[in-house]
Amino acid sequence: MVEQPMQEHIIVRTTNVTKSFQLGKHELLVLKGISLKIAAGRYISIMGPSGSGKSTLFNMIGGLDKPTSGKVFIDEVDIAQLDAYELAWLRCRKIGYIFQTFNLIPVMTALENVTLPMIFAGTGNDEAMERGMELLRLVGLDQRHSHRPSELSGGQQQRVAVARALANNPAIILADEPTGNLDLKTGEEIIGLLKQMSSERGVTIISATHDFKMLNVSDEVIWIRDGLIDKIEQRDELNISMGTIE
Amino acid sequence: MERLAALPFSKSVEIAYKSIRVRFFRSLVTTASLVLAVAFLCYVQVVNNIATSLLQSGDPEALRALARAGYDINGVTTIGESAQQQWLVALSLLVCVVGIINAQLMAVSERFREIGTMKCLGALDRVIMLLFLLEAGMQGFAGSLLGVLVGTLAGVAGSAVSLGAIVFAGLPPAALALTGLQSVLVGCLLSLAGVLYPAIAAARMEPVEAMRVEQ
Ligand SMILES: Nc1ncnc2c1ncn2[C@@H]1O[C@H](COP(=O)(O)OP(=O)(O)OP(=O)(O)O)[C@@H](O)[C@H]1O
Ligand SMILES: [Mg+2]
Repeated sequence: MVEQPMQEHIIVRTTNVTKSFQLGKHELLVLKGISLKIAAGRYISIMGPSGSGKSTLFNMIGGLDKPTSGKVFIDEVDIAQLDAYELAWLRCRKIGYIFQTFNLIPVMTALENVTLPMIFAGTGNDEAMERGMELLRLVGLDQRHSHRPSELSGGQQQRVAVARALANNPAIILADEPTGNLDLKTGEEIIGLLKQMSSERGVTIISATHDFKMLNVSDEVIWIRDGLIDKIEQRDELNISMGTIE
Repeated sequence: MERLAALPFSKSVEIAYKSIRVRFFRSLVTTASLVLAVAFLCYVQVVNNIATSLLQSGDPEALRALARAGYDINGVTTIGESAQQQWLVALSLLVCVVGIINAQLMAVSERFREIGTMKCLGALDRVIMLLFLLEAGMQGFAGSLLGVLVGTLAGVAGSAVSLGAIVFAGLPPAALALTGLQSVLVGCLLSLAGVLYPAIAAARMEPVEAMRVEQ
């Protein structure tokens, strides 16, 4: 196992994060104390069976939900301490989100969907249009810029979502089962795109998944089981265990 | 951590406008009860405007027509709404607000996922709120204009039926314009009042909550 150099920049850190949901009289403890560190620029996969708490952890890291206890730090800032404007900045500029269900705005065209985060970020119209087209070209959809999500296939919608996630040059892309609703080939295309972002732009990719295709491109895999970290494997260890699986 | 600047007002207007335009038929449904209520309000006032104008003209033929139609014209200078009319108008406006709240609650809940997504992309609560208010304002304005048009036409036609062709000679443009303006204003206010609660509820939702909703 290769030790990470000490000076590596830790972009995401969680300390003993727990999350419980109140279901009637019962309290369902979904995350039971997750502590992890994620270095900038890496491609991380969070793997685990359905219901193990991947999406819940994803929401905590992305500042979309609050932990019951424990803390989440982005760039060593405790996000529970942020006010509404800072939190909006974090969601808008620092993190790009990709969802299993694409979540494009149905009434907007592909281009408008991609430029929306830029508009929120205060980018001027012309610059937003230009960058939006550039991003659509990157995901191979510049010809379809005036199409609404309902006129695009699932894979195309997810590619628009990838372009949208990149809109404000985020440092982190959080993807919750980005290939969950896609067929094998389209899923591979999306994974390829994410890998490209990670290696070309140095974006940190954190992806929850149970798609084993993801393993090939990951620098690190965090296995979650029943709300706890089961094990963390680096890329080189992974090849060995993958080798024994296959 | 840096702070996000507020979205410029013109941008909000643009997003809200596009959203209504694309959802044109959905907006029509939401606005339908408003159109009817404003039309009724406007109709009642237009009929009174016309009767008052005829009364004030002092033309004996006009006075005879008014008396024939059952107006009490002795010792009055204007013809206002009867108590019964006031009740009906108030009731119709109330029903209208309830109708709008209902329609807006539906419209907003259809858009939970969209709201959650926008918040993930950096929309502040107040931006969401503003977008809904703007949409409602625009819908209210367009719906009221339509209502005023329908109400005025109906009022003139109704007066012509009960009072005869004489109404066309003495249409009071200033009074009618004022009535139209008031009705549009009332319509916009009703529309905003109707969306207030749904918009606040939508703006307050946490992104995850909003996106969990099955659609
Ligand atoms: N808002 C909520 N209210 C109640 N229970 C919830 C809520 N969100 C998640 N849960 C529960 O938490 C557990 C973990 O859910 P989570 O969505 O994190 O799993 P997951 O690992 O992402 O699963 P999958 O792979 O199927 O997406 C599940 O048992 C789920 O029912
Ligand atoms: Mg999940």
